[in-house]
Amino acid sequence: MRLLFSTLLALCIAAVVGVGTTWLTTTRGTELGTLTIGPWTARPWIGGPDIDPYSRATIIRNGDLPIGAGDGIAFIAKRDGRKRLLDGRCDVLVSGVTPPARFWTLTLYDNKGRLVANSLQRYDFTSQEIVRNSDGSFAIHIASRARAGNWLPTGGIERYVLMLRLYDTPVGVATRSPRDAPLPTIATVGCP
Amino acid sequence: MIRLVFTLLAGVLLGGIVHLVSVLALPRIASEDAYSRLTPLTKLNAVSPLPPADPGNKLMPYMDPAFALAVCRYDLSNGPIKLKVPVSEAYTSVSFYTRNDIVYYAINDRSAGKTVIELDLMTEAQHNDLPEDENVTAADRLIIDSPTTTGLILMKALAPEPGLMAQAQASLKASSCSVQTDQSAKQDAAPQARR
Repeated sequence: MRLLFSTLLALCIAAVVGVGTTWLTTTRGTELGTLTIGPWTARPWIGGPDIDPYSRATIIRNGDLPIGAGDGIAFIAKRDGRKRLLDGRCDVLVSGVTPPARFWTLTLYDNKGRLVANSLQRYDFTSQEIVRNSDGSFAIHIASRARAGNWLPTGGIERYVLMLRLYDTPVGVATRSPRDAPLPTIATVGCP
Repeated sequence: MIRLVFTLLAGVLLGGIVHLVSVLALPRIASEDAYSRLTPLTKLNAVSPLPPADPGNKLMPYMDPAFALAVCRYDLSNGPIKLKVPVSEAYTSVSFYTRNDIVYYAINDRSAGKTVIELDLMTEAQHNDLPEDENVTAADRLIIDSPTTTGLILMKALAPEPGLMAQAQASLKASSCSVQTDQSAKQDAAPQARR
């Protein structure tokens, strides 16, 4: 009887531990093969056949089609430069320069990767439509209410993520440090 | 006490095995992956435009709204596929995915270096069956080997401003993706033979 009980207990623990860790790693992601520059994180290996099993399971589970290495690379940010979660009710400033790339796009998504509805139908900025300073740098205001200049509306949602995609760029699996790929900073400048 | 510790250890160890097996098996058992989601929306061995990314579009997560998208869902069992994608004004790229949504090849307009991205997609076996002289003479012919018989080709054209979206969609509409049967290959070759 005791043997039966411990076997059952062991099997229950196995199921919880096994399925739980799989669920965690495929929803939250792992640190495996990530490239982190400031608040931005990319997975350069996701764009080719050398993808790790965890990323593979994650994209299958989420129904994603990852961007190919010959096409570009995607950086995602969930927190600002001070590790604070991005809040759609606050004013957030994304400013600076981007690494060499023919085009880039900066897009705002909710936690599930969906675009956020707003009256302007403005979901992203491309490198071509952005208003720049005379030195080539730029600033994008992310806020729920209208701002002058480059304004990306949040729709007032609590949590959002930013995705910066570089197209036709040398940034990829060979990139190691922020010096190779200077990315814009993210700062929360004010909260109501 | 020792028995309890042993039970816990055995449980955690077994859990590790369950974890590894489930991570590796997930691609085989998942039904909500991109290929399955796109199957009802796309034609086989033909180009199907995808609806534009907007808040109501739950097709795939993290779609880039600056791009017009089209998909060719392919099956190479009836022969290789010929793909032609005219280059749009801003930026065009073509990415190849296996049945399990892994990118195995991606090319953009600049690396293609032409006004039309032209590719032949085939399985490794079909590539090996190609007559050797054909392989040599067609130096500028780009041949891609697909690791799986079925898969997806994703064509993307950038609209750098929202007003240019219609133009990007139109440029993708002119692309083609079709099975290259022996008959059509002969028809292609016929005018050259007459010359």
